[in-house]
Amino acid sequence: MRGTRLGDKLLHIYTWLIIVWLSSPIAVMILFGFNDKKSKSNTSWQGFTLRWYAELFDISDLTVALRNSLVIAAVSTIITVVIGTMLGLALGRHRFRGKGVTNFLVFAAISTPELVMGASLLSLFVSGNVPRDANTIIISHVLFSLSFVVVTVRARVVTLDPSLEEAARDLGATAWGTFRQVTLPSIMPGVMAGAMLSFALSVDDYVVTSFVNGSTVTFPLWIVGAVKTGIPPQVNVMGTLIFGIGVLIAIGNAVAARRRT
Amino acid sequence: MRRLTPYLLALPSWMWLAIFLVVPMVAMASVSLQTGNAIDGFAMTFSFSNYSDALGRYSTQLLRSLLYGGMATAAMLVIGYPVAYWIAFKGGRRKSMYLFLILLPFFVSFVLRTISWNFLLSDNGILFGTLKGWGLLPDDFHVLATAFAVVGGLTYNFLPFMILPIYVALERVDPRVVEAAQDLYATRAAAFRRVVLPLSLPGVFAGVLMTFVPATADPINAAILGGTANTMIGNIIQTEYLTNLNYPTASALSFTLMAVLLVGIFVYARALGTENVLEAAAR
Repeated sequence: MRGTRLGDKLLHIYTWLIIVWLSSPIAVMILFGFNDKKSKSNTSWQGFTLRWYAELFDISDLTVALRNSLVIAAVSTIITVVIGTMLGLALGRHRFRGKGVTNFLVFAAISTPELVMGASLLSLFVSGNVPRDANTIIISHVLFSLSFVVVTVRARVVTLDPSLEEAARDLGATAWGTFRQVTLPSIMPGVMAGAMLSFALSVDDYVVTSFVNGSTVTFPLWIVGAVKTGIPPQVNVMGTLIFGIGVLIAIGNAVAARRRT
Repeated sequence: MRRLTPYLLALPSWMWLAIFLVVPMVAMASVSLQTGNAIDGFAMTFSFSNYSDALGRYSTQLLRSLLYGGMATAAMLVIGYPVAYWIAFKGGRRKSMYLFLILLPFFVSFVLRTISWNFLLSDNGILFGTLKGWGLLPDDFHVLATAFAVVGGLTYNFLPFMILPIYVALERVDPRVVEAAQDLYATRAAAFRRVVLPLSLPGVFAGVLMTFVPATADPINAAILGGTANTMIGNIIQTEYLTNLNYPTASALSFTLMAVLLVGIFVYARALGTENVLEAAAR
């Protein structure tokens, strides 16, 4: 029995070591956003400053790239959530012809490597002489987020009790009224989870975007482009702020979910 | 009208998936058999030799990608399994907190995380620079631009995708089953090997699936951590497409990569049942 407890203790320490390992680049990112660097490269610690927070938007094309990323993520999330929720409802609630093929396509969209997805979209756009810009980026982001929204919404829909909707209809609600007042509120957690996932995937994407961006630059593309010349500390600051906002939203969600139950 | 509802609900997604997933694959298949150049245009010549040419030139990078992807996946499995095990069985009321900490890196962009490793591991950076300053490391010591850096970066970046599905599978294991095995005089090791491990295999399969494919096709780690000697197939496809505008070669390479990976996936998914994998992917 003593051996058992020792093993558990070691595994506990090991788990924390892995967590430290997973978090160490985050710590480095945050730390070097405060680095008072004098030389061109930002790889050694030279003192504390808040300068980069004050000069956050001083690199105009970086600011444009960040704004592009946020706008593209917002637009593609809205499209994805609307059409993905519809398909999630169809798959979770209804029987229809082509359901098997649809499931297959949803699975294929998740499992296609990003690189292949980007390359094939570029092949399509090149073959069709479609100019590459923010629109083609949005098209591709909807494509790779869609399955995630479908899967999360479907998972929620299958847990719903259909008799609730029937009751609403029996009490004289219209089809649309039933959807808005009964179905939608009960699948909302799934829809919101899908929306957040799709926003996060969009803001983060480098690979697919690099194929279909034309001359439009997003935040991740700008960063990769700047690797050779050195990443300015403003990038660390933006990364830190995005990290902070994301963590706050996640914790807020968890707290709200705990209150509900 | 009621009969039509599911079709109307599915229609927009069907169109999106058909036009932007299926048609592009056909377009890529077509481009991969064309010849020509970016200035004069490309024409369909059914030139299957594009495939043999591309493979002849880049088989090293393709094999290297499969090797690095495989090594990273194996490392993730070995590193991640004990973490998933501990959280599932010993996490107690703090399970969600531990999972949240494991997922923390996802709140930082993939590219930025990888660049942070570049910072951390740079030849004269905070880690090695300091150690070199103390004389603990030789001056020419470096990790960046080695295979170790690339495989390590891949392992780091995709590890949570390995831990989560294994955790989900282990979490479903009823601890009483393990106790029953021990009551029947199984040693701890035997109870693990004959009871816990088999029950966790679906999670292991899903984890391998979710990490091997993106790790093998990833161009970012090799580009940021690998220097020039560790180019992977993703970097080649990007360069051929975007810099050299050599669409046929790039398409042929993408198709070969996808064929290798997707054949593997679907054999895998068949053995498991698609729903199962999707379920694991959704959590």
